[in-house]
Amino acid sequence: MRFSPAAGLGKLLQRFMGQGKKYGMEWWVMIIGATIVLAIVIMAFCAPYIAPFSPYDQNTGPQLSPPNNIHIMGTDNLQRDVWSRVVFGSQTILRVAVLAAVLSSVVGITFGLISGFAGGNLDRIFSLIMDSVYSFPGLILAIAFAAMLGPGVVNITLAVAVIYIPTYFRLVRGQTLAIKEELYVEAAKAIGATNRVILWKYIFPNVIATTVVVFSMNVADAIMIEAALTYLGLGLPPSVVDWGMDLAMGKKYLPSGQWWLITFPGAMISLLALGFTMLGEGLSEILNPRLLER
Amino acid sequence: MRNLLKYIIARTLMTIPMVFILLTIVFVVVRIMPGDPVSTMLGGHAPESVIEKKKHELGLDRPLAVQYVNYLWQICRLDLGDSMVFKQRVIKAVEDKLPATLELTVAGMLIALLIGVFTGAYAADKRRSAQDYLLRFYGIVIYCIPVYWLGLMLQLIFGVWLHVLPIAGRTGPRVFASIFEKTGFYILDTIWIRDWAALGDVLLHLFLPSLTLGLVISGIFLRLTRANMLDVLRSDYVLAAEARGIRHRIVVYKHALKNAFIPILTMMGLQFAQLICNALLTETTFSWPGMGRLLMERIYLRDYPTIQGTIVIYALLVATISLIVDIIYAMVDPRIRY
Repeated sequence: MRFSPAAGLGKLLQRFMGQGKKYGMEWWVMIIGATIVLAIVIMAFCAPYIAPFSPYDQNTGPQLSPPNNIHIMGTDNLQRDVWSRVVFGSQTILRVAVLAAVLSSVVGITFGLISGFAGGNLDRIFSLIMDSVYSFPGLILAIAFAAMLGPGVVNITLAVAVIYIPTYFRLVRGQTLAIKEELYVEAAKAIGATNRVILWKYIFPNVIATTVVVFSMNVADAIMIEAALTYLGLGLPPSVVDWGMDLAMGKKYLPSGQWWLITFPGAMISLLALGFTMLGEGLSEILNPRLLER
Repeated sequence: MRNLLKYIIARTLMTIPMVFILLTIVFVVVRIMPGDPVSTMLGGHAPESVIEKKKHELGLDRPLAVQYVNYLWQICRLDLGDSMVFKQRVIKAVEDKLPATLELTVAGMLIALLIGVFTGAYAADKRRSAQDYLLRFYGIVIYCIPVYWLGLMLQLIFGVWLHVLPIAGRTGPRVFASIFEKTGFYILDTIWIRDWAALGDVLLHLFLPSLTLGLVISGIFLRLTRANMLDVLRSDYVLAAEARGIRHRIVVYKHALKNAFIPILTMMGLQFAQLICNALLTETTFSWPGMGRLLMERIYLRDYPTIQGTIVIYALLVATISLIVDIIYAMVDPRIRY
């Protein structure tokens, strides 16, 4: 049979739809989430080509102009184009949220594995500390860190990362405790595998699957925390383009009815968080239908 | 009863190490991190001798271990020190603001429960129908809307465009002028002095902030109630009740919901930390004079003792609430007292 691109594409699409039938609603939740995330990631990477103006350009048109043909999202009090700032703002929030999630997952997973595997007093102390941090209101902890560290992209990333370490720790520790008792770990022990080999070759690969779901949800949450910190005026110097900061600035013009200054950056924060949440929701149902039944 | 008492004592003792660790974290974050409170406070150009003198006054020149012990001892006596910026005890500032935060938080929690539990039960009852999918979608979306943005949009719609609700503060100017300080909980105070006009004004001001807070949290309660209700609706006693010919609505919303409510109680305790964070953001958005506003204002002023004191109170608040929720849980469900 001759290969035709159209038929190939059709087959691919068919398989794609077939997957949708197999998993039902959750598949589509995941696909919609992934699409939103992908669209915003592309927007962040191609920002200079998408944005019609520089986000810093203070002479793009009239001051506080409502959305029109030239400025599809209007302009702010410094005559900057809101759409251009929305496009460039995606870079900041994605960088901070994803980096923070990576950082906290690496630290949390490592400590969770060690603590769950070692057991005893070490485990007890780690668990107590992590549980305490977990019970503490996350945003307030992040505010304290951000206020003490001062503004900066690295500092805000650290402030956001700190509050998610216990999430990974608790998850991974629990899993490690369960997997430790499995027969194949016993078998590995019996044939003389060292602790390090057992931990990294036998336990770690089984733990990592569930953290993928948590990671996606975690990024969604980190997005909202990052924007919250910058909305409160913490975390970033004024020179950075950021949705939370634009929201705080737009708030000043709310009583006079300049709705476009708060509507668009806020909607983008929600949309991005929604994308990661839907991705996580869908993934968790597909990878592990029992995880979300709680 | 003796079992319950034993449980309460054990649970209270368990709180102590947690509080201790929380207090240590606050100390580490506020004291050991870079940034020198004294030189910031005196402005960058103060002479070295003045800075040294001030540090000595505040006890900041002593070894960290000594400072740490002093700090813990201070908190045991519920003394949070003096503000660096205003002539004011920190504990007094917190006392003034705490009722506003609690009033907002409780109102928000009630709205969240009201919306979340009933829609959740409804979704479970109408499982796999269009209403169910719609409500579940609402549950996901509302969770992703930042509370501060929701607050701003509600302000825009109800305050700026429709002019029907106030967008800032706890009272209007007229009510604010009439002094009814007693507990600081304005709803209780206005009821106490029987000033119904003032009560109306207070409720009107409370409506939008607590709705904002309640809506955001309601999604979590919706999902949890739905999941629990699905389990409960499958159980034998629900089938038995249906078989006895009790009306479907009563079986679902009375018999089943009552049993699905117990895990929701635990969730309330866990959600409280989240609620406190959202309350802080709501306070900033609605100029609500609570603890969150106090914390943010003092961060801008670099008033370290007040920052530390406020965070300590937040930590104690969370620990207390989780203790209370666990005790209520043990009272409601005798099984966990073992």
